[in-house]
Amino acid sequence: MSDTHAHSVSYVRDTMLPQSEPPAAQTGAIKWMRESLFSSVPYTILTLLALYVVYSLLAGFLPWLLGGVWTTANIRECREVLEGASGGCFSVLTERWNQLLFGIAYPQDGYWRPTLAFALLFVAAAPVLFSHLPRGLLVVTGLYPFIAFWLIWGGTIAVPVMALIGVVGGYLVYSRLVANSFAAGFFGGILAALLIWFIGGYITAPLEGVLALEAVASRNMGGFMLNMILGVVCVSLSLPLGIALALGRQSSLPIIKLICVVFIEFIRGVPLITLLFVANVVLAYFLPPGTNFDLILRVIIMITMFAAAYIAEVIRGGLAALPRGQYEAADSLGLDYAQAMRLIILPQALKISIPGIVNVAVGLFKDTTLVSIISMFDLVGMIRGPILASTDWNGVYWELWGFAALLFFVVCYGISQYSQWLERKLQTGH
Amino acid sequence: MTSMTDPAQGSFRLSMLINDTRYRSYTFQFIALMILIALMAFLGVNLARNLAEAGLNISYGFLGQPAGYDVNQTLIDYTSQSSNLRAAVVGILNTLLVAFLACVTATILGVIAGVARLSKNWLVSKLMAAYVEAFRNVPVLIWILMIYTLMTAVLPAPNAFRGENPSSSMLLDAFAFTNRGVYTPAPVWGPGSMVVVAVFLASIVGVFAYRRYAIKQLFDHGRVLPTGWPTPVILFVPTLVVFFALGMPISLDYPALRGFNFQGGLQIGAPLIALWLALSVYTGAFIAENVRAGIQAISKGQTEAAASLGLRPRRIMNLVILPQALRVIIPPLISQYLNITKNSSLAIAVGYADVTATLGGITLNQTGRAIECVLLLMLFYLTISLSISAIMNVYNNSVSLKER
Amino acid sequence: MKKSVLFGALTVAGLAAGASAAATLDDVKARGKLNCGVTTGLVGFAAPDANGEWNGFDVAVCRAVAAAVLGDASAVEFIPTTGKTRFTALASGEIDMLARNTTWTFSRDVDLKFTFVGVNYYDGQGFMVPKALGVSSAKDLDGATVCIQTGTTTELNLADYFRKNNISYEPVPIETNAEAQQQYLAGACDVYTTDASGLAATRATFEAPGDHVLLPEIISKEPLGPLVRHGDDDWADVVRWTLNALIAAEELGISSANVAELASGTNNPEVNRILGTEGTLGEMLGLDAEWAKRAIMASGNYGEIFEKNIGEATPIGLARGLNAQWTDGGLIYSPPFR
Repeated sequence: MSDTHAHSVSYVRDTMLPQSEPPAAQTGAIKWMRESLFSSVPYTILTLLALYVVYSLLAGFLPWLLGGVWTTANIRECREVLEGASGGCFSVLTERWNQLLFGIAYPQDGYWRPTLAFALLFVAAAPVLFSHLPRGLLVVTGLYPFIAFWLIWGGTIAVPVMALIGVVGGYLVYSRLVANSFAAGFFGGILAALLIWFIGGYITAPLEGVLALEAVASRNMGGFMLNMILGVVCVSLSLPLGIALALGRQSSLPIIKLICVVFIEFIRGVPLITLLFVANVVLAYFLPPGTNFDLILRVIIMITMFAAAYIAEVIRGGLAALPRGQYEAADSLGLDYAQAMRLIILPQALKISIPGIVNVAVGLFKDTTLVSIISMFDLVGMIRGPILASTDWNGVYWELWGFAALLFFVVCYGISQYSQWLERKLQTGH
Repeated sequence: MTSMTDPAQGSFRLSMLINDTRYRSYTFQFIALMILIALMAFLGVNLARNLAEAGLNISYGFLGQPAGYDVNQTLIDYTSQSSNLRAAVVGILNTLLVAFLACVTATILGVIAGVARLSKNWLVSKLMAAYVEAFRNVPVLIWILMIYTLMTAVLPAPNAFRGENPSSSMLLDAFAFTNRGVYTPAPVWGPGSMVVVAVFLASIVGVFAYRRYAIKQLFDHGRVLPTGWPTPVILFVPTLVVFFALGMPISLDYPALRGFNFQGGLQIGAPLIALWLALSVYTGAFIAENVRAGIQAISKGQTEAAASLGLRPRRIMNLVILPQALRVIIPPLISQYLNITKNSSLAIAVGYADVTATLGGITLNQTGRAIECVLLLMLFYLTISLSISAIMNVYNNSVSLKER
Repeated sequence: MKKSVLFGALTVAGLAAGASAAATLDDVKARGKLNCGVTTGLVGFAAPDANGEWNGFDVAVCRAVAAAVLGDASAVEFIPTTGKTRFTALASGEIDMLARNTTWTFSRDVDLKFTFVGVNYYDGQGFMVPKALGVSSAKDLDGATVCIQTGTTTELNLADYFRKNNISYEPVPIETNAEAQQQYLAGACDVYTTDASGLAATRATFEAPGDHVLLPEIISKEPLGPLVRHGDDDWADVVRWTLNALIAAEELGISSANVAELASGTNNPEVNRILGTEGTLGEMLGLDAEWAKRAIMASGNYGEIFEKNIGEATPIGLARGLNAQWTDGGLIYSPPFR
C-alpha cells in the first residue's frame, strides 16, 4: 500500500486486544453437548432415548443397591427389615462370603492360604506382564507354582521342593546337552526331571511332617477359588502344549501334521461341556482298572486340552503372519529347525499372538463355570447348589448372580484392558 | 537341488537316524506314530478290560428302544413311546432351532451395537461400550441363568390372566407373555394357502430381479431407477391381491387361557426364550466388536477417495466401505455362529430339550449308556462344526485378495 | 514351569487314591476315610449347613458305616453327585458307597451292575400343587405344566402315569431341587413332582407351607437305599449289616442314650450279639467286635435318625408311615442277627 494511505488513518492500535472468549455456544460443555449429543434431530432423539434407558436402569438398580440389607441371618429376616421397601438382601453375601470364595469343604482356619497364594499371583505375574520391571522378579515367577501348590493343597513342603529340584535338575541337563542338539537337550532334560521325581518320591515319603500345612484334597476346593485355580493352571499348562500343537500343524512331517490337525479340529469342533462329560462319566473307563484320580484333575486335563487347541490356532496365526523372509533368513544362517524356531520364529510369532492368547485365556476363565454342570461346587455351583437350596436363602437370586457376575467382570475386564494396553505398546507399525 | 551337495555316502549307520537330517524326520515321525499307536492301544485295552470287569458292553441297541420320557418342545411328532433315536433327533432339531434363531438376532444386535459404538453421539457410543463390555466379560452360563430367573420371576404366571379383574392382560388380545413362555397367534393353513405362499416366494425373487435390473440400467445407461418404494410394493401387493382373491385361506389361531395353560396359537417356551435371548445378547457383544474392528480396518483414505469421486455418503458406505469391511467381518462372524451352536449345549442348565439334554442327558441317565451317548453327542457337534468350517473356507477363498 | 503342579498333583492324587480294584473294605481302612456319594443338597436327606457340615438322613447312614469300619463317624468324605454323575462315580470307584435317595430298580441292579444293600426309606412319587389351584386329584391335572427333577426315575413314572390315564401335560425338566422350587413358586409350573419325601422337604422350606398341598396319589414305588458296586460282596455285607444294625437297634430298644450301658451285657442274646459281647459277628464281617455299637452311637438308631432329620418334630415333618418298624405295621424289617 502507499504512504498517503497510511497518513489518512487517524488511529492505529498499537497494543493487542485481550483474547476474547469464544461464544458461549462454541465452548466448554455446551459445545461438547451440541456436537456430541444434539447435533441433529435424529441424534437428539437418540440421545433422549439413551438418557431414558440409563435413567430407567438406574432407577431400578440404585434403590435396590442402596436400600440393601447386609446383616440379617436369613431371607425371612431380610423381608421383615425391608417391609416391602425396595432393597437387596445382601446379607447372603456377608453370611456365605467364605463359601462363595472357598467352597464348603476348605478348612476354615486355612483361608489365609489361598488368599496369600492369590496375592502372590500378582507378584509372580507382574514381571511376565510388564517387561519394564526388574528381571530379577522372574525368580518369583519360577518359584510361584511350587509355593502356590504348597499353600493351597498343603502337606509337607518336601513335595514341592522335590518337584522344584526336579525342574532345576532337568534344566541343568538341558542346558548341558542343548549345545549338541536341541532334541537331546529336550528329552534329556525331561528324563532327568522324571528320574529326580522318581527318586524324590522315596525321599519325601518319610518327610511327611516337615513344614507341613494341613493337607486339603482337591475335591474340597470350591467357590471362586476353584474357578481361579482351574483358570490359572489350565492356561499355564495349555501354553506349551498349544505351541507344540501349532508347530506340529505347521510342520512338514505329514504324520505329525496329521495328528495335530485331527486333534485340534476335533477339540475345537465339540463344546466344552461334552469334554467335561467325558471327564466326568467316560474317562474312568479308559484308564487302567483301579486307577482313580480325582475329578478336578480329570477336569484340568480336559480343559487344558480344550485351551491348547484354541491357543494352537492363535499361534498358528502368528506363525503365518511372519514374513517368509524371517524363515528364509533363519535358514540362510544355517540354523537347524529347533534353533530357527527357538531363536528367530517363535519369539516374534508369540509376540504377535499375545492379544489372541489373552482372549483365549479370558474365554477359558469364563468357561470354568461350566464345571458347575458336572456337580462341582465352583462359584456358580455353590450358588445353584448349597446356597439356593438352603432354607435360609432360598429366593435370593439377584444378589448372588449379581455378585458372581461382578467378580467375573472385574477379572475379565482387567485382563482385557491389559491386553489392549499391550497391543498398543507392541504396535511397531506406523 | 544341485548335484554337488552330498558326497558319496558310506554304508548306512544306525546313528544317522538321529544325526542325519535326511533320516531324522522319518525317525521322529516313526516315534510319534509308535507313541500314538501305543496310546490308542493302551486306552482300547483299558476300555475292554473295564467293560469286561463291569460286565458291560458297547451297544447301540438302546437307540431303538422306547425313550419313556416326554419332551416339552418338539418340532416333530414325539411321544414317550418313541425311540431314543427319535428323542435324539428331536434334540438335534431343537439345537438347530435355537442356534439359528440366536444367530439371526445376535447378528442384528451386533451390527447395531457395533455401528452405534462408532457413533459420534457420546451417550450412545458409551452406552454401547458398556453393553459390549458387560456381556463380553461375564460367563454366558451366568447370563443364561440370570435371564431364565428374570423370566420366571418378572413375567406373570398364566394364573394372573384369569378372573374378573386379571392383574395381567394379553397384548392386543393376541400375545400373552407368561413365565412359561410367550404365546402368539399361529397361522392356520387353509386350502389354497400354498398359492399365497408361492406368490410371496415369487415376489421375493421378483425383488432381487428388479434390483439387478436397476443396477444394470445404472451401469449401462446411467439411469437411476428408484429402489426405495418399489421393494415393498413388489413384495406385498401381489401376495395381498392373491390372498384376498382366494378368500383369505390363511387365518390365525389365537391363544386362549383354557385350563391350566394357554391353549392354541404358537407357544415359545420360557427355556427356549431364555437361551435364545442370552445367546443373542452375549454373542451380539462379540459380533459388535467384530463389526467395529471391520469398519475401523478400512482406512480413512478409502472414504476420502470415494468422496473425492463425488459419491454421496450412503453410496460410499454401500459401494466402498461395506464390501471391504465385510471381508474382515465375515470370517469372525462365522466363527461366532459356531460358538453359538456350541454354547447352545448349555440348554441343559435351563431345561431346554436340545441334543445335550435329550441324548446326553435323560437318555444317558435312563439307559446308563454313557460312552455311546457321549460319543454320538460329540459326533453330532463335530459334524456341524466341520460343515460350518467348510463353508467358511469356501467363502474365504472366494473373497481373499489375490496375492502374489 | 507349571508342569510340576500337574506332576505334584498327580503324585498326591496317586498317593491318595491308591488302587481301588477289589477289596473296598481294605481300601477304606487303608485310606482312613469313607468316600460317600450324596446329593448336591436336599434338606433333611443330605445338605451342607453354613459351616460346610453335612447333615441328613442319608448322611447318617454314611456316618454309621464310617463309624463301624473306621471307628470315627467324622471320617467321611462327602462327594456330591447329580442324577447323571452318581452311577459313574460309583462304578469308577470314586466313591465307596452311594447314599443318595436312589431308587432300587431292576435295571440298576442287573443292567448297571450295582448291589442295593437294603432300603432305608420307602417312598413314592407324589405331586404338590398350590392350594389356590383347587385341584384335589392328580387326574384333574389335564394340560398342566409339571416341574420334574431330571435324571431320576420320576420322569419315566410321570410319562407312564399320564399316558395310562390318557391326560396330557407339559414337562419342564429341571436340574436341581433349588431351581425346581424357584420355578414352582414363581408359577412357571402348576405342579411339582418328585418323591413324596422330597416334596415334604421342599415344602418345609417355603415361606407359607400351608398354601401348598400334596395330592393323595402316589404314582410309584420308590424304595430308596444305599448301594455299592457289584462284585465286592464283603463290602456289600458291611454296608448292608450296618444299615440292618441301625434298624434292629430300634426294634430291640438300643438307642444312642443306652448303648454304652447295654454294651456291658444284657439278658437279650440278640442285643449281645449285635453289640459284640456275645459271638463273633464283627469278626465275620472283617471288623472288630464293637462295630455295631459305634455305628449306633454315631447318630442313633434308625428311629432316632428318622426323627432327628425328617421326623414330625422337624420342619420336614414326615410321619413314619410305611417306614415304621414291622412290629408297628411298617415295612422296616431287619433280618435276624444270628
